[in-house]
Amino acid sequence: MSQENILLDVQHLKTYFPIRGGVMRKAVGHVHAVEDVSFQIREQETFGLVGESGCGKSTTGRSILRLIEPTGGQVLFDGTDLCTLSREQLRLKRRDMQLIFQDPYASLNPRMTVHKLLEEPLLTHFHLSPKEREEQIQWIAQAVGITAEHLERYPHQFSGGQRQRIAIARALICKPRFVVADEPVSALDVSIQSQILNLLMGLQQDLKLSYLFISHDLNVVRHISNRVGVMYLGRLVETGSTEDVYRNPLHPYTKALLSAIPKRDPSEEKERIHLEGDVPSPADPPSGCAFHDRCPHCMGICKEQPPQTRELEPGHRVACHLYNP
Amino acid sequence: MKRLGQTIRDLWKDPMGRIGMIGILLVILVAIFAPLAAPFEPDKMVAMPKSAPSADYWFGTDNYGRDIFSRILYGARVSLEVGIIAVGIGAVAGYILGLLAGYFEGWVDRVIMCVMDILFAFPSILLAIFISAVLGRGLVNTMIAIGIVNIPVFARTVRAAVISAKGLEYVSNARSVGVRTGAILVRHISPNVVAPFTVQATLALSSAILTEASMSFLGLGIQPPDPSWGSMLSEARTFMEQAPWMAIFPALFIIVTILLFNILGDSLRDVLDPKLKT
Repeated sequence: MSQENILLDVQHLKTYFPIRGGVMRKAVGHVHAVEDVSFQIREQETFGLVGESGCGKSTTGRSILRLIEPTGGQVLFDGTDLCTLSREQLRLKRRDMQLIFQDPYASLNPRMTVHKLLEEPLLTHFHLSPKEREEQIQWIAQAVGITAEHLERYPHQFSGGQRQRIAIARALICKPRFVVADEPVSALDVSIQSQILNLLMGLQQDLKLSYLFISHDLNVVRHISNRVGVMYLGRLVETGSTEDVYRNPLHPYTKALLSAIPKRDPSEEKERIHLEGDVPSPADPPSGCAFHDRCPHCMGICKEQPPQTRELEPGHRVACHLYNP
Repeated sequence: MKRLGQTIRDLWKDPMGRIGMIGILLVILVAIFAPLAAPFEPDKMVAMPKSAPSADYWFGTDNYGRDIFSRILYGARVSLEVGIIAVGIGAVAGYILGLLAGYFEGWVDRVIMCVMDILFAFPSILLAIFISAVLGRGLVNTMIAIGIVNIPVFARTVRAAVISAKGLEYVSNARSVGVRTGAILVRHISPNVVAPFTVQATLALSSAILTEASMSFLGLGIQPPDPSWGSMLSEARTFMEQAPWMAIFPALFIIVTILLFNILGDSLRDVLDPKLKT
């Protein structure tokens, strides 16, 4: 991958949560929610992060924005390491990086009108005259498809899809450069999902945004992403262009995941790879490769050594012993 | 302000809330207009000591021949004044401490809550007596003592509400937008604290009135000859058999007032609970 135009460079990101026990509430162990995750996002690119529930996708997204403090690693945003910024420096930096939440029913303050919700980011980050603020609010409302008379209403007076439009407007009104979209359509009806996805894609063009798009829906990710990362138990097992990963999955986990997508033609023969067992606990991950106890191709080395990430094709990386040279 | 009006309207719709509001309004009016409403001076001998209730002396007279009805009206002032000021001290200090402890957690939380737990560990009347003993007798010191006793309850209530509000997605959303900590506390977290806080305040009012009565009963609160319901009850103890009205009427007023505050508090809790809203 070329070094130019890289907006976000995540290096060896780790986020552990302590498990506290005993009278003194000492840490008796750690949940390895994010374990050594590295990837890059270029300008105006959408990087899709897929994986099962609980694999650490959302924690990765929130750790990058330091809404959850990462335990280790670097997050270089436009050359600045976010992990070294002070609270106030970080707060000011948030103008350029925003988060769209999964649940639009919970992420909007029910006591604020749409107008107030959209005004708050502007008041936080800019010194604008009331007239300029009004112009910005009108502009973003129009961009996401909220009409002027909706501005004085409260969130509970809207449907889920409309609420997500409001949430998107709130995230984008300061014209950020990078947006983490944390399952932005999972809480919505299927009929609304594509509308919101198209809105996000349209706004990406207009505002020159880069997305980290987190989802467990493989079809959605394929539709919206330029590149994809597959997560398993806090680890990034495979990254590559959407085309490469979906056409030619390399990691056994990615293969199993993709084989689970329902085919358009039900009569078509498909080879479904069934994984044995459950996802192990991230508090006590398996030795060696985290996937070894469920992998159909498990070898001796897999139980002992964690695999290195290798670039097999240009831009297509995988962490699996099967591809050892 | 819009919310206040709405809350009062909702309270009015609830029969218990209506009783509480009307009753407390009456007590407040009595306290304000005591000099006009009282037929006699509260500290003047107006009849034979220990006269039974009659047309002239509705609640009878006490061992010095003072009119009990007049003394009760004046006593309402003391009770309300102590209640409101003491709860005010406890509520303001508790709110600030609870907000800080809940939002920042970590060592701030541990230090604040440790002190609160120590205060909490004492029986409230014992702690109030101890503080009074340090500060000296008198009404103002009683208020301060009761106020300090009330801090931990408010700090805990507010802290719990703040911690649960902090977990809300829209608070995370405000953080991700980059909203200043102060604005998050005021705009996004505080509204969630108002309901439990208000309910706690009404309940604390009743307990503050009771604590004042107990302390005056023990001779630590208001000093004679000024009347308070508690001190009247205290004086009546010696003459219970000869003049039971000396004890019955102040006790009745204490009970009814506390009951009214509790009824209002319960009703307020229902009205402010968003889960019960349709």
